[in-house]
Amino acid sequence: MRNENLRTLISRLKTYYMSTFDTRPETREEALVETLLRLADDRLILGHRLSEWTGHGPELEEDLALANIALDMIGHAAALYAYAAEIEGRSDEDYYAYFRDDIDFKNIAMVELPRGDFAFTIARQFLFSTYSYFLYDLLIKKVADEQFNGMLQKHFKEIKYHLRHSREWVLRLGDGTGESHDRMQEAFNEIWMYTGEMFAVDDFDEAAINKNLFTDSKTFYDEWKSFVNDVIEEATLIVPDNDQYMYSGARRGRHTEYLGHLLAQMQFLRRSYPDAEWK
Amino acid sequence: MRCEAQDLRLKTMNTDQTISQQQIWTWLEEVIDPEIPVLNVVEMGIVRDVEFEGDQVIVKITPTYSGCPAMNAIEVEIRKKLKEKGIVDFFVKTDFSKSWTTDWMTDHAKKKLKEYGIAPPEKTEMDDDFLASLKNKNKIVPCPFCDSLETELQSEFGSTACKSQYYCHGCSQPFEHFKCI
Repeated sequence: MRNENLRTLISRLKTYYMSTFDTRPETREEALVETLLRLADDRLILGHRLSEWTGHGPELEEDLALANIALDMIGHAAALYAYAAEIEGRSDEDYYAYFRDDIDFKNIAMVELPRGDFAFTIARQFLFSTYSYFLYDLLIKKVADEQFNGMLQKHFKEIKYHLRHSREWVLRLGDGTGESHDRMQEAFNEIWMYTGEMFAVDDFDEAAINKNLFTDSKTFYDEWKSFVNDVIEEATLIVPDNDQYMYSGARRGRHTEYLGHLLAQMQFLRRSYPDAEWK
Repeated sequence: MRCEAQDLRLKTMNTDQTISQQQIWTWLEEVIDPEIPVLNVVEMGIVRDVEFEGDQVIVKITPTYSGCPAMNAIEVEIRKKLKEKGIVDFFVKTDFSKSWTTDWMTDHAKKKLKEYGIAPPEKTEMDDDFLASLKNKNKIVPCPFCDSLETELQSEFGSTACKSQYYCHGCSQPFEHFKCI
């Protein structure tokens, strides 16, 4: 009997999920909005996680650095959302950040994980910045949309700063004290199963790729891996096993439990007082 | 319809007054960057264009850094300035089509930065192989106070998104450097 109920529930959920997510973008506009939101959600959520360090950084300079990077990432998201809002005819970009639920967010799971210790934050920033570097480098050459491309070029300059920052910390911590070395290694081990999503290409991506609005991230996987491996090894650390289980499905709404908690904090004020204004 | 000519005239609140695009550029020079109060938004290269569309003035601005919290304040200040000068119909538009670079900063602005105690940005270089360049040592930035080259990068990120922090061993002073992007 209980199994029966479970089966009914699963089939209902499937119908719901299908109807919510499995509408493949057809028009150029739909594909562009999907791409903008996927890029922006990664950046908003990671920017929010980074902002949690404000006032808690291991030293003053690092507190400032993490806050600066958080601002950049949220700025990137805001610009991308604003363009999506323009296409969809919404009054402003706030809708995307404040009025969607966790299953509507299209970010990869890696960016929503709790901030962890400083080593975990650095491992994530390093892996994500390297991915962003290769992704944007290709997108700038490919994207045939002037406004979108202009944004990408602007963000690319800042991504380089972010990559330089986290790379230096990986080397400093990995090749540092016994404690910092162990924590850095543990951080990479823990996060590795979330790296697969950066290189998973689904039919939504393909719709955008076919319209010259996105690029296949598998094409730069080898370069990403080789750069990441070099830095991790230079930091006297061991590269985790690539054949392990990889998390998947977050871009289509299957998130970890952490995203809901993050959104509860981020969206609370705006949802409780939708018309609130800075005075 | 966009009007290219410089001497086009526009009605303001005082109907007998007419103004040129050049006049608007001059007024915008009165809007000061809130984070770097020695520079105005025109010298910074934030104002990209002033256009007349019918009776409307369109001011195109571009953000310096994506996460720069001063951008909103700058936009508000530009609006205030135009209103103060009696412009009735205007629109401040954020333009992303070309990304801001420190090369747009005038030489005069860079000189003022140095006098203010901020090491100005150098000319940007094309880094063909950025990933390989990560292994290079950081460029030497001369101290804005004593011009010593014995300076040391302390953090890539400073009090604002556009600056990094240095320390000068020549005069034992910390200083900020305007990052070149």
